[in-house]
Amino acid sequence: MGDKTMTADEAVSRLESGMTLGIGGWGSRRKPMALVRALLRTPVTDLTVVSYGGPDVGMLAAAGRIRKLVAPFATLDSIPLEPHYRAARESGSLELMEIDEAMFMWGLRAAANRLPFLPVRAGIGSDVMRVNPGLRTVTSPYEDESTGVHETFVAMPALRLDAALVHVNRADRAGNGQYLGPDPYFDDLFCEAARTAYVSCERIVDTAELTKVAPPQTLLIKRLNVSGVVEAPGGAHFTSCAPDHDRDEAFQRLYASMPWSEFAERFLAGDEQAYRTAVEAWHEEQT
Amino acid sequence: MSAVPSTSPGAAPDASSGATASVSRNGVSRAEYCVIACAEAWRGDGEILASPMGPIPSIGARLARRTFSPELLLTDGEALLVGPDGAPEGWLPYRQHLALVAGGRRHVMMGASQIDRFGNQNISCVGDWERPTRQLLGVRGGPVNTLNNPVSYWVPRHSARVFVAKVDMIGGVGYDSAAAAGPTATRFHRIPRVVSNLGVFDFATADRSMRLASLHPGVTVEEVVAATGFELSVPDGVPYTREPSPAELRTIREDLDPEGLRDREVKG
Repeated sequence: MGDKTMTADEAVSRLESGMTLGIGGWGSRRKPMALVRALLRTPVTDLTVVSYGGPDVGMLAAAGRIRKLVAPFATLDSIPLEPHYRAARESGSLELMEIDEAMFMWGLRAAANRLPFLPVRAGIGSDVMRVNPGLRTVTSPYEDESTGVHETFVAMPALRLDAALVHVNRADRAGNGQYLGPDPYFDDLFCEAARTAYVSCERIVDTAELTKVAPPQTLLIKRLNVSGVVEAPGGAHFTSCAPDHDRDEAFQRLYASMPWSEFAERFLAGDEQAYRTAVEAWHEEQT
Repeated sequence: MSAVPSTSPGAAPDASSGATASVSRNGVSRAEYCVIACAEAWRGDGEILASPMGPIPSIGARLARRTFSPELLLTDGEALLVGPDGAPEGWLPYRQHLALVAGGRRHVMMGASQIDRFGNQNISCVGDWERPTRQLLGVRGGPVNTLNNPVSYWVPRHSARVFVAKVDMIGGVGYDSAAAAGPTATRFHRIPRVVSNLGVFDFATADRSMRLASLHPGVTVEEVVAATGFELSVPDGVPYTREPSPAELRTIREDLDPEGLRDREVKG
């Protein structure tokens, strides 16, 4: 078993401008924020970002790195509207493929299964079809037993990813990833839909440690889908990463209210250690 | 905040209530009528998942389970199914929740930034989608919800800016859009009710357009019509939203919402 450990900077050094990048988590929950911050330190841009959007989308949009976004929403959860995503949309600065939450999941599943599409009921009759003129439908070859109708569904195209970034609670050096919170979100699917996947985690442990305190069904991500493992304690900050840490609500409010240039200058000018120091200093000022 | 019910018995705080100002409110706040109206959405639903979004629908769903719909399932708002005492009875992460939606054993009450005469709903953006004047959440699960399981809506501030002639972006599919899209869309499509701070609405009309089903006590038909940006079907003799029972009021005030979150969402 190879040792796939690397730094966040090494992981993002493998990304290139123009890539299609999937980002795990959900809204403001268990987002790979340390990897996103590392990405912001590179010149990589012109990205197609595929995400159940949260501050990952907001930061990358604010920094002008997103050419196209594929998403059903962008939210900070406790703050419903993502301010930088909003600003980007209202200034017309990013292209959007707006799809339903279930369509999104089936797009990832299609990619993970190497299928060109999967049929979904969701989307028919909604403006998702109007704003995505490239979406096609597919008619069932089977007639419905009760109605005799051949139903027509959205042929949700595979959301194939060049790379995926996810953050989990634990991983081993080979890339077996474990979630310990209430919801796996879709991080395994992101990794399966991607050519390369980079998993950051709160703590790297020996493989045997993974199942000492938690059952094997918490082992969400398999090493055969993982290219790099990054130990990043607090690596989801300021999103939630239960049970290791909750969302930093106070800091999220700051992020949502501070002009982006000021936020970036104060918190994102240095490396991850500098970020943590700046966050701690800010918290101390508040008390 | 005007409505601490126990200290303003019988008060009619709505200056505009006109002809119905004499309707007794029995110390029941507007927010409490809204809770009752939301709870009623799940009456008779049986053993399905109730998915309320927002404080008043959440209180309503829990009230329904505590009283007339005890078989309902409810989540903790994240990945656990929880009993009335909050103890977990199951696991429902997003991926399973999406499968449950498609399986149909669910009745969701979503919010609506805009809703039109046929129940098309928008929480995505206001203005031209290409470059919105106001970006909101995105379609979220509106399309999958409306095509697969009953979807009701909750609007805490009824106005002509929300009840619009045509929504800017259809996320939740309305009756006219579903009919136009054919059997895939209509097969499991149903919008049982829309609840606002003014009343309850449904689509029990020949052309499936929105109808005023009940007024919350203290509200007039004129008030509703003036706050609605499309032609609303108004039957003769619109009833009032039913009164909560003393036991229901106690459950709302003492058990489900002792901090009065409901009065922060709807005043009066």
